[in-house]
Amino acid sequence: MDRKLVKRRNEYTWQIERTGSMHVDGTIFASEDLIAGMDDMVARQVRNVASLPGIVAGSYAMPDAHWGYGFCIGGVAAFDPQAGGVVSAGGVGFDISCGVRTMHTGLKAEEIHSIREQIAETLFRKIPAGVGSTGRIKLTPSGLDEVLQGGAQWAVESGYGEKEDLRFIESQGKIAGAKPAEVSDHAKNRQLDQMGTLGSGNHYLEVQEVVEVYDPAAARAFGIEVGDIKISIHCGSRGLGHQIGTDFLKKMTTAAKSYGLDLPERELACAPIESEVGQSYLGAMRCGINCALANRQILMHLVREAFDQILPKASVRLLYDVSHNTCQVEEHEVGKVRKRLFVHRKGATRAWGPGREGIPSEYKKVGQPVLIGGTMGTASYILVGTEASERLAFGSSCHGAGRAMSRKAATKKWHGKQVTNQLAEQGILIRTKSLRGVAEEAPLAYKDVSEVVEVSHKAALATKVAKLVPLICIKG
Amino acid sequence: MWEHFHHQADIGVRGIGATMAEAFAEGAYALMAVICSPDKVKSVESVKIRCQAPELDLLFADWLNELIYEMDTRGMLFSRFEVEIVGDELTARAWGEPADADRHEFAVMVKAATYMELKAGHDNTGQYFVQCVVDV
Repeated sequence: MDRKLVKRRNEYTWQIERTGSMHVDGTIFASEDLIAGMDDMVARQVRNVASLPGIVAGSYAMPDAHWGYGFCIGGVAAFDPQAGGVVSAGGVGFDISCGVRTMHTGLKAEEIHSIREQIAETLFRKIPAGVGSTGRIKLTPSGLDEVLQGGAQWAVESGYGEKEDLRFIESQGKIAGAKPAEVSDHAKNRQLDQMGTLGSGNHYLEVQEVVEVYDPAAARAFGIEVGDIKISIHCGSRGLGHQIGTDFLKKMTTAAKSYGLDLPERELACAPIESEVGQSYLGAMRCGINCALANRQILMHLVREAFDQILPKASVRLLYDVSHNTCQVEEHEVGKVRKRLFVHRKGATRAWGPGREGIPSEYKKVGQPVLIGGTMGTASYILVGTEASERLAFGSSCHGAGRAMSRKAATKKWHGKQVTNQLAEQGILIRTKSLRGVAEEAPLAYKDVSEVVEVSHKAALATKVAKLVPLICIKG
Repeated sequence: MWEHFHHQADIGVRGIGATMAEAFAEGAYALMAVICSPDKVKSVESVKIRCQAPELDLLFADWLNELIYEMDTRGMLFSRFEVEIVGDELTARAWGEPADADRHEFAVMVKAATYMELKAGHDNTGQYFVQCVVDV
């Protein structure tokens, strides 16, 4: 990034001063290296978001920020409905409520070492993944409406999981205010046979080993020890969420002028929160959130079934489930006034600190688990939210590594078979239906997740609890 | 003619042709080449697609999004396109076959055609082109 676009405020904070149509300052959290590698477009997108009506406090970019659609990926912004604030389809993105779910297994690494191949094969057979995959659940349109209103609670009530799971999901597995009537038939049709599927691209299911603990107190609260086997799923709201994003991008772009919104970029598509289109989007977007929560719950159930077959002594329990593409209504203190705000996190993870309502009782003393996915060859991290984060960026942190190389460049550089073989030599088993997909997702095509996590830690957006390395990866 | 263009996280698709309709058809092929190897997809059955948008570039995004919808709901891949554009309306037929992981060399499913780098026009040589970044 051109240094003229930002002013350094401290080691990990870079400011974009309010000028022109901006209502607030912009802030990018990054190290010297990360800011150097960021595209100038990140600064432009932070400025554009700062110009939207009703924005409160600041327009933020997390350490893994990169050029996105309207908002940068890694963008965080909160809007006040009392001040004409907007809700933006671009600020949530196409994969509504994409997120990470991490599970305990009750197993240690040595207990699965000799049967890793069997675990990989069984999970690969059980978990529908990749282009065109469909799930075993076939829904009718009215059945789908129940999913869209009930989220993971619907899944548990339908036999996919245990009631206890729900306590460890953001919003206890179901977000209120979902309105299936606001979801198009196109969106619903795309989802009828996609429940319980992983998707493709950067979506995955990983069996991971905890190799390092940085914060023993938080690790104890979360139930994490070195040598533990955990399982993480990264996926979202599938075809339904993608279509809701598509539908409202067009609706909001078309309606913008009628609301007096002069958008610097079409992808910033938004509408006043209290407007007809704004309310319609919120009702549909919340259906997308519930769809994603139900989807990850069903996938967890499939993991339980797989372990019941191979290793019945495993006890698959939920550690936490957190989304990183959402707009949520939250209360935050702004200038000593408590406000009800619409917080957009586009490729950013909620990172609430200790004591906040809505965190499971077991974690309340330490803060919320923040789940950061890495690549299939590096590492994932579990962080914990901080009190400082709430003051810095409405309680938000990074969400992953972020790409360093385009897909096209990656396939020119590597072949899928070569990547799979190299990872196998490192002890990482990859199962996929798409070798080209593996080449596009090669670990070196991504930025160093450790650097992104380190900056989140040092900037106090969320602090490090544990590092996990992949042993098995089912690649979407 | 079609090509992909660089975008850090996703990928850009561009269609070029002697007419705007041909550019739209080539752009659709470029979309398919993000998802699979379209030269391996046979023209077995066809689907009719219709869409309408106030501007040509928005029509291109709609056209790709309709193809994504048809792929997602029918489990099909496409490799041949006949496009007609009259005013702000597109009528097309897309030929393809059911997706087959063993033959079609899947890469990644496209979530949506975006408005990023969305353009429709003609280049220096008088050729028509359409383009946008697709979210994968």
